[in-house]
Amino acid sequence: MERLTAVEQRAPGAWQVATVASIRLETPRVKTFRIALGMWVAHLPGQHYEVRLTADDGYRAQRSYSIASSPLLEGEVELTVERLEDGEVSMYMHDVLGVGDEIEVRGPFATYFVWRGEEPVLLLGGGSGVVPLMSMLRHRRLTAPQLPMRMLYSVRSPEDLIYGAELGEETTLTYSRSAPPGWTGHIGRIDEAMIVRAAAGFTSGPAFVCGSNGFVESASRHLLTAGFPPASVRTERFGPSG
Amino acid sequence: MGGFVSRGFTGRRRTPDELAARLPPGQYAESGFPVLTAGPTPEVPPDSWRLTIEGMVGAPQAWSWEEFAGLPFESVPCDIHCVTKWSKLGTSFGGVSLDVLLADAQPRGTHAMIHSYGGYTTNLALADLTDGKAWVVTEHEGEPLAREHGGPARLLVPHLYFWKSAKWVAGITVLDHEEPGFWESNGYHLRGDPWREQRYWSD
Repeated sequence: MERLTAVEQRAPGAWQVATVASIRLETPRVKTFRIALGMWVAHLPGQHYEVRLTADDGYRAQRSYSIASSPLLEGEVELTVERLEDGEVSMYMHDVLGVGDEIEVRGPFATYFVWRGEEPVLLLGGGSGVVPLMSMLRHRRLTAPQLPMRMLYSVRSPEDLIYGAELGEETTLTYSRSAPPGWTGHIGRIDEAMIVRAAAGFTSGPAFVCGSNGFVESASRHLLTAGFPPASVRTERFGPSG
Repeated sequence: MGGFVSRGFTGRRRTPDELAARLPPGQYAESGFPVLTAGPTPEVPPDSWRLTIEGMVGAPQAWSWEEFAGLPFESVPCDIHCVTKWSKLGTSFGGVSLDVLLADAQPRGTHAMIHSYGGYTTNLALADLTDGKAWVVTEHEGEPLAREHGGPARLLVPHLYFWKSAKWVAGITVLDHEEPGFWESNGYHLRGDPWREQRYWSD
């Protein structure tokens, strides 16, 4: 496993008070927070930040959120957050946090589920599991648009589609529960046939799989069937996070 | 920075006082048992499972599933803490103490690298594996350990973050020095004590 000492040396890793620069509504349940950082370091696509909330009596809650933006967005990161019922951090971010508010964060962290420019790259996202993959997709568009990268993205229904306007021909979208009127593309969960087709010509590089545990289990199993060596399949599963 | 307060945050998920003292800093109590794995879930049939202890030892050891089942088995009530912030309080596992497994091996080193089916590794100091602090477990809450949680057998080191409790454990290599394992090479802390919040390299 390649070690990335550069991040260890450059990342502050310390908590800092950052400022919410803008908020974008992605879906009825998902918002993207652009956060301006005093101590900013370029991240690797796939890394995450930690967010910490402190009440006035000292009570604290912390969660990790994947970075959605390219590291070329200097001085800022975008965190895309799904609002989970009973998720005290995500509910605060959705319902209370506004532009100009301060928020405590630290990062970027972890160097396994990261894209370092290897090619070709196959991305498999389920629901809000698309977030760290979007950082990879955006960074590739900005730095190496010819680099072979393909994404399969599964969402339940049109109102769950994140980054819809940004998806291009590299992305194959499927609606697992209900499709918009007039939809002529895939319907149903990502299955073995879809993955085997998408994997053609891509098995020599890494595959990144992110989503719920069920999504990751079945998608990674199909990737092995499609010819990926197990060591090339990097997965990230949501724990319950809020 | 100690004085920072998040505007309008009151906290919703507060843990009852009797449990709050068991939650390390930055953790929250989770009633489920989330699955976190870096890659595909390996399939390890018990009849081909083996556990080995080798490296800097006086007598290398190996157990088949049947031989392992004949070792002294104990129930381990514990709290577990995942670096991704959830803790599971008041759970239990069943298995064999590392004190039992290491006794015949006569370790001559100071550290260990744990190896798993599927290629995962994690490093621990021997001091974190001995004196009733670590087990190789095959049961969770009275049931055989599910495959997605590391079945047939995983390491259990509840006093450290749960990535140290390697799933699908295959072997323990005793070393005379410290080497980083898989997550420890990828940004996570070498020791991972949740009470000191040792999550990342910089902690």
